[in-house]
Amino acid sequence: MRATCWMGRNKVEVQTVPDPRLVNSRDAIVEITSTAICGSDLHLYDGYIPTMRKGDVLGHEFMGEVVEVGPAVSNLAVGDRVVVPFPISCGACYHCERGMFSICENSNPNAAIAEKLMGHSPAGIYGYSHMLGGYAGGQAEYARVPFADVGPIKIESDLTDEQVLFLSDIFPTGYMGAEMAVQPGDTVAVWGAGPVGMLAAASANLLGAARVIVVDRFDYRLRRAAERTGADTVDYAGVDVLDALNEMTAGRGPDACIEAVGLEAHHGNPLVHAYDRVKQATRQQTERGAAVREAILACRTGGTVSIMGAYGGFMDKFPLGQMMNKSLTIRTGQCHVQRYLRPLLTRIEAGEIDPSFVISHRMPLEDAAKGYEIFKNKQDDCTKVVLKP
Amino acid sequence: MNDTRTSGGLGRALGVASFALGAPLLAVPGRVVRALGLDDTPGTSAVARGVGVRELAAGAAILAQRRPVPGLWARVAGDGMDLALLANALRSGPAGSRSGRRRRATGRATSGWLLRPTGRTASVRRRWTTGANPRTVAAVAAVAGIAAVDVLAAVRAGKRLDPTRTSEDGVFTVSAGVTVNRSVDEAYGLWRDFSRLPEFMVHLESVSADGKHWVARRPGGGTVDWDAEIVADLPNQRLAWRSVSHAEVPNSGEVTFEPAAGDRGTEVRVRLTYEPPLGAAGNAVARLLGEEPRQQVTDDLRRFKQVLETGEVVRSAGSPEGVRSGRLPRQRPGRADTNEES
Repeated sequence: MRATCWMGRNKVEVQTVPDPRLVNSRDAIVEITSTAICGSDLHLYDGYIPTMRKGDVLGHEFMGEVVEVGPAVSNLAVGDRVVVPFPISCGACYHCERGMFSICENSNPNAAIAEKLMGHSPAGIYGYSHMLGGYAGGQAEYARVPFADVGPIKIESDLTDEQVLFLSDIFPTGYMGAEMAVQPGDTVAVWGAGPVGMLAAASANLLGAARVIVVDRFDYRLRRAAERTGADTVDYAGVDVLDALNEMTAGRGPDACIEAVGLEAHHGNPLVHAYDRVKQATRQQTERGAAVREAILACRTGGTVSIMGAYGGFMDKFPLGQMMNKSLTIRTGQCHVQRYLRPLLTRIEAGEIDPSFVISHRMPLEDAAKGYEIFKNKQDDCTKVVLKP
Repeated sequence: MNDTRTSGGLGRALGVASFALGAPLLAVPGRVVRALGLDDTPGTSAVARGVGVRELAAGAAILAQRRPVPGLWARVAGDGMDLALLANALRSGPAGSRSGRRRRATGRATSGWLLRPTGRTASVRRRWTTGANPRTVAAVAAVAGIAAVDVLAAVRAGKRLDPTRTSEDGVFTVSAGVTVNRSVDEAYGLWRDFSRLPEFMVHLESVSADGKHWVARRPGGGTVDWDAEIVADLPNQRLAWRSVSHAEVPNSGEVTFEPAAGDRGTEVRVRLTYEPPLGAAGNAVARLLGEEPRQQVTDDLRRFKQVLETGEVVRSAGSPEGVRSGRLPRQRPGRADTNEES
């Protein structure tokens, strides 16, 4: 089959690799009809996530048709149309039983690596480093789906692929980011007008936010966020974000702050950005924390900051005292996607939201390398790339 | 079990000693070199400075860590390097001692990284025409003595490194624990079915259902088998077994099951003891072959948890056999493989 492979920093290639096959009894094989490049895939592409190996198949946002099921999978049949959540979760451990699927205790055979870095291991993830399991990803023609009896959700309505594909990651991720922070009537600030930030802004609306403000530096992204979610916008390249947010809220600050940027954040001041960039390049920190710092400083006293950007390890100059003295609540986590599949599919079916508004590019799988390049470099007003095998 | 003491006073004293030696080597290398009875040239000073930096680094490594095992072994390595440098100096002999000719000491000593006994002092040349500079000989003796102390300290510190692995008189003990999201009844039940142990204890080939005959894979290939007896069986609490006479690797094991506080499932704890043939040497050979016992037990328990909670051992492209610590440093690429058995 053809598959998008990580071949080193800034290098992906679509190669012919062996077809996946059933390995565990709860596996299914899915023939992929649509898959997408995630902003977090860019961290792999840029070489910031350790334990990648040359030849790893990338991709954790995918959907398709079931073509084979293992003997222990009774809920799916060949021919079913499914969306696959990005965390691989057993459904039986302490955390899965409590709906915390992204910290499944059994799905990472390489948990020992993650434990060295983090103390305890999160769940395995498709195509997202060997520290998180060494699973093949879904930017390919086929994928092996472990624990197929707990993860995938069947799509039985006639919604298009594009309308439901993002149930695999970015819609639930944006939704969870909002749900962890937003109370009805809140003023909500979202850092990052990428796909997750835009879906977090849209989700904040669904959850009853009174006002949503999106912070970014790319005009085309801010415009799209304003058009599609009704958000106000702040361009951090041009204005001081804290001043702007204080002005917009008459000094209170946003009640809920959602960070949807991740470990390659930029800062409006080139000197501050250079400081973080150098520390990251010399491995004195793994994260560039500009957006997290700003969210903590901007948040209303007693407010909630939800961190949904992807991070890998340690950041410098974390404003702990500010967080403590302002009585902030911090919420975070990889999205527990399985928990949100059914309720969010219901919202899509009811026409409350159509997450496909984030898509800017559709291309054949064979063009994946180009997709990564334009997404990374924000070329051609790129916000989201969907690949068709 | 919870011995987290450091290597104690000896390690700490050696850390301080590293600083005491490193600082003057870095600050006034010439004077130190002369005090050792060696040529003071730009070359020797550079070497002395390098040794000084090394000592400061080793000192910092020892004093900064609670268990300074790497720092202490770094000192041992440094001792070896010092001995080599000094031995080289002794072999070349004091300048002028071989033929009475005045050696072009500066030219030779600056040409490389070798330390040479001084040729500057006429009195030294006269008094020690047949052998080495006594200060250099004394330095060699001192370094050799220090090396012995360093080895002792490093070995002592290393023994306390892992509280879950101890050895006494050739009997090794390893222990590990895991929490499973199942009742004590289910956890005990899976373990009590001895024939299922090889599902998660991968070094086992087979165990009879009554737990009386065991076949294991050898680290280097082939199998070893032995008879065992069950010495304790308290349902839902404790199981213990031991090999009976004439086992090639006498061994015993114990597993306990306890409800985790606050309805968090069951805490399963395993403790194994074994006497490898040839004692510590045999154990070291087994570890070289990739069978780190402590890691093996931890892996076994991870797989036990997977089998109990999900029904089987979970496999990925990178780790086609499932949890296997030996696989971590040599992961397969994250893609399906046509040749997954090797």
